Amino acid sequence: MLRIYCPYCESVRDEDEFHCVGEAHIKRPERPDDLNDQEWGEYLHFRTNPRGEHREIWHHAVGCRQHFNVVRDTETYEIRHVYRIGEEPPHEAVLDE
Amino acid sequence: MTQHYSFLQLIRQAFKHHEGWKPAWNSVEPRDEYDIVVVGGGGHGLATAYYLAKNHGLTNVAVLEKGWIGGGNTGRNTTIVRSNYLRDEAAHLYEFALELWEGLSADLNFNVMFSQRGVLNLGHSLQDMRDIERRVNANRLNGIDGEVLSPAEIQKIVPILDCSPNNRYPVLGASWQPRGGIARHDAVAWGYARAADRLGVDIVEHAAVVDIPLNRNTGAVDGVVIEHAGERKFIRARKVACVTAGNSGVVAALAGLKLPIESRPLQAFVSEPLKPCLDTVVMSNAVHGYLSQSDKGDLVIGAGTDGYNGYGQRGSFEIIEETARAICELFPVFSRVRMNRQWGGIVDICPDACPIIGRMSVPGLYFNCGWGTGGFKATPGSGFVFAHTVAEDHPHPLAAPFSVERFHTGAVIDEHGAAGVAH
Repeated sequence: MLRIYCPYCESVRDEDEFHCVGEAHIKRPERPDDLNDQEWGEYLHFRTNPRGEHREIWHHAVGCRQHFNVVRDTETYEIRHVYRIGEEPPHEAVLDE
Repeated sequence: MTQHYSFLQLIRQAFKHHEGWKPAWNSVEPRDEYDIVVVGGGGHGLATAYYLAKNHGLTNVAVLEKGWIGGGNTGRNTTIVRSNYLRDEAAHLYEFALELWEGLSADLNFNVMFSQRGVLNLGHSLQDMRDIERRVNANRLNGIDGEVLSPAEIQKIVPILDCSPNNRYPVLGASWQPRGGIARHDAVAWGYARAADRLGVDIVEHAAVVDIPLNRNTGAVDGVVIEHAGERKFIRARKVACVTAGNSGVVAALAGLKLPIESRPLQAFVSEPLKPCLDTVVMSNAVHGYLSQSDKGDLVIGAGTDGYNGYGQRGSFEIIEETARAICELFPVFSRVRMNRQWGGIVDICPDACPIIGRMSVPGLYFNCGWGTGGFKATPGSGFVFAHTVAEDHPHPLAAPFSVERFHTGAVIDEHGAAGVAH
């Protein structure tokens, strides 16, 4: 059972209060009409799926119902950082693009 | 050369106090060069190697396994085999696999204990029943056996299932595929390993692929770099076929590729052994649990995947609770059964819950992955069509719809939830 800090409730809660939405910082293309099928497919379906540090969006589904970002290790399940939507990840968490 | 298993051989060995049996296969040291390297020695990888040798006469093949044979998802699933998928493309592929299952023990000369005890997919709401009827009709149009059963008919097949109308999630009916069932999962890995070994395939255990170097001039694969016995070694290969399930994203990244896949733990557990009480497979999508009873007597119970990506082969505690709840809802008689073991396997989930089989943008590189929560049932078919795809450098007709290009063209095959339960 993960114990997750919600940056809006400012408290640590059990995993089953939350819902993981998926990979974070996926930018919606600014001009979707200009994309070809290749680019649109990449945006919709292709994910980094790393074994190690992963940035994801979580939803405090049965709490404050806010979305926020989490940097979590997919191998050890350690939660390294939690930060609000719109904020940049802490410097050391920035992955190679 | 391994021995042929037969009744005569059994008698012969009995006179030698069964001390004359040889290992089923030999784990060897890798050579420097192969025509084809199969990365991943699970059921699908071994089946691929076996059919490369058997159907295409290609025996200069190595299977590289980072752990030991049968230690990955092949030994971690709930062993259910069925083919009642909704979409034509998926139904044809899984039905082809089911047909291979029916002759597999004889083909491999290894008893995979395939038991066609039937699979029930329960419906608990009006919408469940509409979906079940639609799926059974689709199955029958595709030549796949299936029936819609009433609660009374279900009760006859599984007397211990709680079909009372007063339940929170009453059983309103089910789809029934009599040709479905279970198989002995370890035997599938061992049987394919032995059969491939007999045809001349090299099986290398404890050899993790750490790099897939590409040729600077052509951009094609040069081979693989493995870590084996504490050393790094380059193995030259014309073709590299990756069958690496949950680690596919990691392996693809070695060749600079990204896949439409996310890896998550799917867990299962087994109970203490019980007297025979359940002679079929019961699955429920709505309460989300599925179970069967193995020949040893333990209940083999499957669950959902974790709600987030992960590579820990254990699974979230929350899912255990959810699954135990589902099993007790369906079978109050099991509420005091104790669980013996619990584990997780890392499954590779595609956005459309269908596999990726075929060539990648890098010449000489092939992937067979994305089987997600339902790969075991497809093992023979997956190996067969992938071997064809690799050998001919052209997709097998059954594999053609499953190319990775479908995520660019939009021709996805939506099997999420369409197959009764997504496992």
